Amino acid sequence: MSETLRPRHAALVRVTHWLTTLSFLALLVTGVEILISHPRFYWGETGNIRTSALFTIPIPTSRNTFHNGYGYTLPDQNGWSRYLHFQSAWVAVLTGVLYLGFGFFRGHFRRNLLPASSDLSVRGLSNVIGKHLRFKQSSEEEARSYNVLQRLTYLFVVFVLFPLVIWTGLAMSPAVASAIPGAVTLLGGQQSARTLHFFVSGFLVLFLLVHVLMVCLGGFRNRMRAMITGRGTLGHGAKDLEQA
Amino acid sequence: MSKFSRRKLIATGAAVAAGAAGLGVAAKLAKHYGLVPPDAGGLYGPGETLTYAAQRLMTRHSMAREFTRNQISATPFANEVAPLGEGFQRLQEGGFADWRLNVDGMVAHPMSLSLAEIKSFPSRTQITHLACEEGWSYIAEWKGVPLSHILELVGALPQVRYVVYRSIQPDWWESIDMADAMHPQTLVTHGMNGGELPVGFGGPLRLRVPRQLGYKSVKYITRMTVTDDVKQFGKGLGSSAPEGGYAWYAGI
Repeated sequence: MSETLRPRHAALVRVTHWLTTLSFLALLVTGVEILISHPRFYWGETGNIRTSALFTIPIPTSRNTFHNGYGYTLPDQNGWSRYLHFQSAWVAVLTGVLYLGFGFFRGHFRRNLLPASSDLSVRGLSNVIGKHLRFKQSSEEEARSYNVLQRLTYLFVVFVLFPLVIWTGLAMSPAVASAIPGAVTLLGGQQSARTLHFFVSGFLVLFLLVHVLMVCLGGFRNRMRAMITGRGTLGHGAKDLEQA
Repeated sequence: MSKFSRRKLIATGAAVAAGAAGLGVAAKLAKHYGLVPPDAGGLYGPGETLTYAAQRLMTRHSMAREFTRNQISATPFANEVAPLGEGFQRLQEGGFADWRLNVDGMVAHPMSLSLAEIKSFPSRTQITHLACEEGWSYIAEWKGVPLSHILELVGALPQVRYVVYRSIQPDWWESIDMADAMHPQTLVTHGMNGGELPVGFGGPLRLRVPRQLGYKSVKYITRMTVTDDVKQFGKGLGSSAPEGGYAWYAGI
């Protein structure tokens, strides 16, 4: 049994993965709670119910300011949601700093996430995409490391989506805007920052859903074990684990 | 293998100990430099302290963005407040001639200022953004007396740390630290968009704190108390906002 389990994830990757998971779920729940107090979006610096919206999400609200066509209001949980949102944001950011330090200094990004240039060719990419579309299991050799699609996705999440969601979040802060006005104007204004924050969060949720789906398809128990204990089998799914 | 794990264990232990010690030192330093908000006691204290401390270090002297005249919102909006009561109505019928702002606490000369007196003080006009915690916002031109001017008039004592301010609405009160109180853009506001400050927007007198969310800009202010310790007010959380579940510091 022991020879089938191989080292898969470094301890720091596992710890930061679960800290990020926890804080992201807290940010998501509280973010939705904050959103329902005013599910109306604008572009530019300003926007309120007396100006036209960029778009409106057709859901009931938690405040009387804006009923959105419903005859009732949802329970208002904005207070603790805001407290928890910002506290979770700190956990996520500090975890991210730790992860980035590890990633750069211990070669995690270079070794595990940076795609080989040969994989970035049209042939390399179409090969992997084709395998995904046919739901083909990866070979043993391939399962030892991330394929090019995984690498690109993780890099995009780590270096594009997370920085963007932090930036657009901070750009909504009147205090941060006073210290770094460019952080707001570059995004097109405070309401634009809010709208972008919503969309970037949406992409992160999309990543989460696909990520969890792929974990399930790749063998939920094995993948979970690898991310918790650091060791897993080579990725032929739950079957392998049961035999082991 | 076991040797390696032991080394790892020791290293991890040392890192955790160093982290905990670092946090302890940071907490002490934050307290010493007044970087702990009054509502830091609860479950969300660590996050609030990090936000307040980080932003105070970043923003002690930063200026809220000011906009051009053509960026002023054509349709500003203000949430409705609870009925203002008979007292307010009577003052309103008298054109607010009898409206007074009392300034007391740790000051050399407590004062009771009339609206006319406040309007006679040197004023500042600025076009700033007001964002509500709900998510909406507008830009308006505000005219008022810098709070720092009034604090100099009353002779705030050197050891003061907060200004507590109250609305004519019962149970609506807030406080700000001296960084915001002495900030040139913190205005005892009596004018908006070239006219009087409308009642809907907090008239006749509203404290505008443009580097924080709208709920720190209390409407209908009648009293200010300068203090070195905000714990003695209300439940000791700094303002009525944390008593209702909201953060004291709203610079976010």
